[in-house]
Amino acid sequence: MHSENYIKLEFLSKSSNEAFARSAAAAFAAQLDPTLEELGDIKTAVSEAVTNCIVHAYPEELGRIAMRLRILEGGILEISVRDWGRGIENVEQAMKPLFTTGGEERSGMGFTIMGSFMDKLRVRSTPGKGTTVLMQRGLRQRRRL
Amino acid sequence: MTINSAFSAGRLTLYLAGELDHHEARGALGDIDELIDEYLPRDCALDMSGLSFMDSSGVALIIRVSRRMKELGGRAWIENPARQPQRVIDASGIDRLVPVAVRK
Repeated sequence: MHSENYIKLEFLSKSSNEAFARSAAAAFAAQLDPTLEELGDIKTAVSEAVTNCIVHAYPEELGRIAMRLRILEGGILEISVRDWGRGIENVEQAMKPLFTTGGEERSGMGFTIMGSFMDKLRVRSTPGKGTTVLMQRGLRQRRRL
Repeated sequence: MTINSAFSAGRLTLYLAGELDHHEARGALGDIDELIDEYLPRDCALDMSGLSFMDSSGVALIIRVSRRMKELGGRAWIENPARQPQRVIDASGIDRLVPVAVRK
């Protein structure tokens, strides 16, 4: 699908970058004039996807995380979060509510929240090679670009 | 994020403010454990009116506080969540395990 605008960001899998990633996504999405609720949903989904990379893809080392945001025709925001870490053995199991391998600090609700706040959620993973999370959210267009 | 606390008549109220994500959660969990150990409250209220952002790390924190209070024979609940935390609470279904009270 033709993209009307995009950004690509790459950053290190440090937890201090979680706030940066969601703020950057919100700043890019602002040109679609979203509601506060839509902005909150975008920030939350990005925070979940980036945290997954930090906790699960690179549990004992620092690695690269690439985030790409695209504005597609019709006011659709597409967010892709990619890592080159450990990958997920069983994506279906990982996406089940309350499933976590992250210990007491994690709730196992990350994918549930991403799926709930986004219109589309697709996860592709290859063990040993990495994971890509692709999300789309249609924003009510109150203003023409 | 910041955590302020008030203790009165066996009730510990924790006022969470700012942004609660995975980066902030570890420190917050440590601080909350220390406060619960210090006061050994009967009830613990998590006031989320000042929380401008929370992701599933906040859900893990709520579950942890609820478990800790059950171990002490007490109760925990969420109070006055701001709009964005309320949406995460709704999406996670955590309010089926830990009640949400709105006091105006």
